[in-house]
Amino acid sequence: MDPISKLGSSFIAPLVQQAGFGMWLSGRTLALIPHCLKRRRSLLDQMYLTGFKSAHVVAFVAFFIGMIVALQIGLKLAQYGQQDSIGMLVAISMAREMGPFVTAVVLAASVSSAMAAELGTMKVQDELTALEVLSIDSVSYLVLPRVIALTLMAPILTAVADVVGILGGGVIAVTQLQVDFPAYLLSVDEVLRDPGLFGLPQDLYAGLIKSAVFGFTIAIVGCGSGMLAEKGASGVAQTTREAVRTSIILIILFNYFLSWALVA
Amino acid sequence: MIELRDVRKAFGRQQVLDGLDLTVEAGSSYAVMGPSGSGKSVLLKHVIGLLKPDSGRVLVAGHSVPELHREELRDLRRDMGYLFQHGALINWLSVFDNIALPLRETTAMGEEEVRGRVEKVLGQVQLSGTDDKYPSEISGGMQKRVGLARALVTEPSVILYDEPEAGLDPGMSQAISELMRQIQTELEMTSLVVTHSDRCARIVADRLGIFEKGRFLVEGTPAEVLDSDHPRVREFLGPKRS
Ligand SMILES: Nc1ncnc2c1ncn2[C@@H]1O[C@H](COP(=O)(O)OP(=O)(O)O)[C@@H](O)[C@H]1O
Ligand SMILES: [Mg+2]
Repeated sequence: MDPISKLGSSFIAPLVQQAGFGMWLSGRTLALIPHCLKRRRSLLDQMYLTGFKSAHVVAFVAFFIGMIVALQIGLKLAQYGQQDSIGMLVAISMAREMGPFVTAVVLAASVSSAMAAELGTMKVQDELTALEVLSIDSVSYLVLPRVIALTLMAPILTAVADVVGILGGGVIAVTQLQVDFPAYLLSVDEVLRDPGLFGLPQDLYAGLIKSAVFGFTIAIVGCGSGMLAEKGASGVAQTTREAVRTSIILIILFNYFLSWALVA
Repeated sequence: MIELRDVRKAFGRQQVLDGLDLTVEAGSSYAVMGPSGSGKSVLLKHVIGLLKPDSGRVLVAGHSVPELHREELRDLRRDMGYLFQHGALINWLSVFDNIALPLRETTAMGEEEVRGRVEKVLGQVQLSGTDDKYPSEISGGMQKRVGLARALVTEPSVILYDEPEAGLDPGMSQAISELMRQIQTELEMTSLVVTHSDRCARIVADRLGIFEKGRFLVEGTPAEVLDSDHPRVREFLGPKRS
């Protein structure tokens, strides 16, 4: 094979196939949303598994991110005697950007890989074929509860990340910048008051919408990669790796476009 | 009735089914024997519509399987059972829930009736009392029997078995074969059994076909085929048992 057709068949063709499958799976999942009632048990199980079991990691990372943001910006602000507005800046960074992003990366690394491994194992052990033969729709049975659970849990985890990150920033404000805590909170409060749609603060809901999209994407990539797993010893391992990589790339791409759309 | 006419199927350059003809009369049982890797599982997958032939016809109860739409295929499969080579149990469901799965998902049966049916088939495959175990906690042979129970629980009129006796000890293999035969005659099921065991074929089947190079080499009653002097058949089966 010449280099160009090799590039085409070994790199571009699978990419197009995966993207096409991801879009089909997204559409099919959305179309099956009415099945959520019937699937409420596994939906709740998945919300518990993906949500509560990731919460401590999200909180830990968000706390440090909040401190880092406060340090980086705060020391600069202090040079100009503006450290009183540190609360506002930390709150905006967390709510708009860092909260959703940090949550999404943690979920991509833990949940997307777990879903890919779980469905990939089912694929290579003929369990998905067995479902098909039993006339059970694997999108309704397996994918829908996972995707909807993560779409609902991601914004909740993001809200946790926002709060913990702002507290982390507060620690820096008090200990390094000599801003007292009530003043810090007052400054935080200023941004989060700025009303937007649904009476929610604009900066907050922009971040929460983003994180719902991230949650949906991460779960679709995890489930989709698993369903496309190849048989053989390394099939599931490879699928798991690809799921993490693909979800992080998509999060970054979607983050750019959504930030753009939600600012405008 | 299951009917395949001049079915051809290739994967890349490998011609797996090559002008295959097969007729399984309604209510009868047909066994397929052949070397491993020859395409016996591929044959079963054509019958249940998991694979489509490159050419030829595949008919089940008068329906042309490759031409069915999604919904029609789903309806047809509700009346078919399939036992996978490795059981293919859902690994995070208990034995009970695995067997109950097709009833809960595709019928309007109440939980009481589901329990009754599951307990009944569990008894038939001699696994009463393992309800709460998970697939990873039971042996390969037991997984196979759970797979059999799951295939039987909907009382289908067509059933396909992929090596039902593989991985079982001889006593259990005989018991499972007798069970398959008993259920098949009781419910007048049409069954197609891929097997490696001539003992299983003798117990289970009305007719036996030896599969080689993409089509059937010889067909007949199990006794005729297993005792035949056809040189290729003897080569595959080994010397006659007296
Ligand atoms: N989906 C598939 N794609 C490519 N090749 C396949 C596929 N399914 C089966 N084969 C090939 O077809 C041949 C027959 O397989 P199979 O029917 O599983 O054999 P057996 O008679 O042991 O059941 C094997 O060489 C296998 O590699
Ligand atoms: Mg096989």
